[in-house]
Amino acid sequence: MIEVQDITKRYGDHTAIERVTFSVEKGEVLAFLGPNGAGKTTTMRILTCFMPATEGTARVAGFDCFEQPQEVKRRIGYLPETPPVYQELTVTEYLTFVGRIKGMGKKDLHEGMERVFERLSLGEVRDRLIANLSRGYRQRVGLAQALIHDPPVLILDEPTVGLDPKQIIEIRELIKSLAGSHTVILSTHILPEATAVCQRVVIINEGRIVAVDTPDRLSARLRRSEKISVTVRTPPPDLGERLRTLPGVTHVLEQADAGAFLLECELGRDLRDEVARFVVNSGWGLLELKMISMTLEDVFLRLTQDEEGVSAAAAPEPTAGGPVNA
Amino acid sequence: MTPVRAIVAKELRSAFVSPIVYVVGAVFLLIFGILSYLAVINAGAQAIRVMQLQGGAAQLNLNDLVFRPTFYSTAIILLLVLPILTMRLFAEERKLRTFELLLTSPVGINEIVVGKFLAIYGIFLGLLALTGIVPLILSFYSSFDWNPVMTGYLGLALIGALFLATGVVASALTENQIVAAFLSFGFLILFWLLGALGTILGDTALGQVISYLSFIEHFDRMVRGLIDTKDLVYYFTGLVFMLFLAHRVVESQRWQ
Repeated sequence: MIEVQDITKRYGDHTAIERVTFSVEKGEVLAFLGPNGAGKTTTMRILTCFMPATEGTARVAGFDCFEQPQEVKRRIGYLPETPPVYQELTVTEYLTFVGRIKGMGKKDLHEGMERVFERLSLGEVRDRLIANLSRGYRQRVGLAQALIHDPPVLILDEPTVGLDPKQIIEIRELIKSLAGSHTVILSTHILPEATAVCQRVVIINEGRIVAVDTPDRLSARLRRSEKISVTVRTPPPDLGERLRTLPGVTHVLEQADAGAFLLECELGRDLRDEVARFVVNSGWGLLELKMISMTLEDVFLRLTQDEEGVSAAAAPEPTAGGPVNA
Repeated sequence: MTPVRAIVAKELRSAFVSPIVYVVGAVFLLIFGILSYLAVINAGAQAIRVMQLQGGAAQLNLNDLVFRPTFYSTAIILLLVLPILTMRLFAEERKLRTFELLLTSPVGINEIVVGKFLAIYGIFLGLLALTGIVPLILSFYSSFDWNPVMTGYLGLALIGALFLATGVVASALTENQIVAAFLSFGFLILFWLLGALGTILGDTALGQVISYLSFIEHFDRMVRGLIDTKDLVYYFTGLVFMLFLAHRVVESQRWQ
């Protein structure tokens, strides 16, 4: 449904995205995961024909984004980062305007409007001015705008930003319910969100794709072990092996700093007590001991540092031991 | 409902929700009223002078004494007022990020530009029509030739279209409304001054080209009651060129 091939976008000297390649099957929900400024919005803007790519091709539903933008636009519902709402209009007026510029007839528009009012619980604010709506409602009006013509492809840039937890769950449920009948790309910088709604995740950092995988496999890898960092004042030469013998420790990595070790432990076990006791009782001098939580940034760092040229290997259908397996 | 009509409807709605149209409209109509009042007073004073000199009832030419000066001043007022009407058209869309909605919808940029122009032009024509009350009232108390008045209005309608289209271009160039308004002021005043430059250069080839480019000469003939195809061609090509320019500017922003 969506094929992106080697897309590069440069703004002057700055390269926003470089050789981004991925594809999305019909009915699939794909998440774009990455820190702010990673190139998620740029990629989405190219897909929605808002801006052309410097190099590479993007196709939506078989139409080239550059050659046949009108055909592509007709098939896409797009929610930009900032909901594109006109404050001076009421919700109904706004959606009527959007429907008309998307070429909907009166009857379609009426049906579409009722559908999005119900799906997004907007019925009660339909006659309110958008200027008077809360951030959460505006975000939902923005979503309604993307959904009104029931497009086969939805591109949602951070759809849950600004919503309260209950609304976030509702929107995630909505996106899940769209899966199968709609092809959805959404961007987020929240890992659990991607896990919750998507069948596949593209991790993008500094304009490059660093991993493509299913959220299950991704999070399984991320949660594969608990990590403890320990620094010892006077380590014996074989400290690494001795730590390895502690029950529950699966791997020991010697760090660059003298006496610093990274322990990987079995999932769900907190071995800090044992490690502390072990080091202190042996009289080596415990300088530092802390649990390392696996943040998204750690994943990026690992992926970008350990896996040279990963973006080239990041095929749309990675094998089980795909690029994330650092 | 075609996309252009949807855009016109939306722009009209937005325009009448904001106070700008009301303020600009009220100020414009007030100034027009004062200008024509002053012109009538002036005409009366002249009539009295002529009567004293000639000792008889003078035949006053309202076309020359009232309408022509009023139309000239009105054109200058439009130059100052119309950029205020056009400044938000694109600048606001860019500032509030609704531009992304327009450009990712299956409407052509030409439809967006034309829709926005038509909406604001409609508002302007409405304002202009309201000034018609002045000749209407005068027609009850005196007699004058309606033809030059109508061609004068046609001149104002055409020059207004050109001013508005220039404002559309300026609004597309920036996301700051004040900057947009000043850009169109500057550009319009520049073209106005071209007329003076053309007069200085006189009958040389360059002088003629420059005079032709300035809207003042074309407007002048219409206010005098002359409709020349040359002038109509000038306004229409100018309008189309400006709208085309606006299209290119909007299009170019996608590449930035």
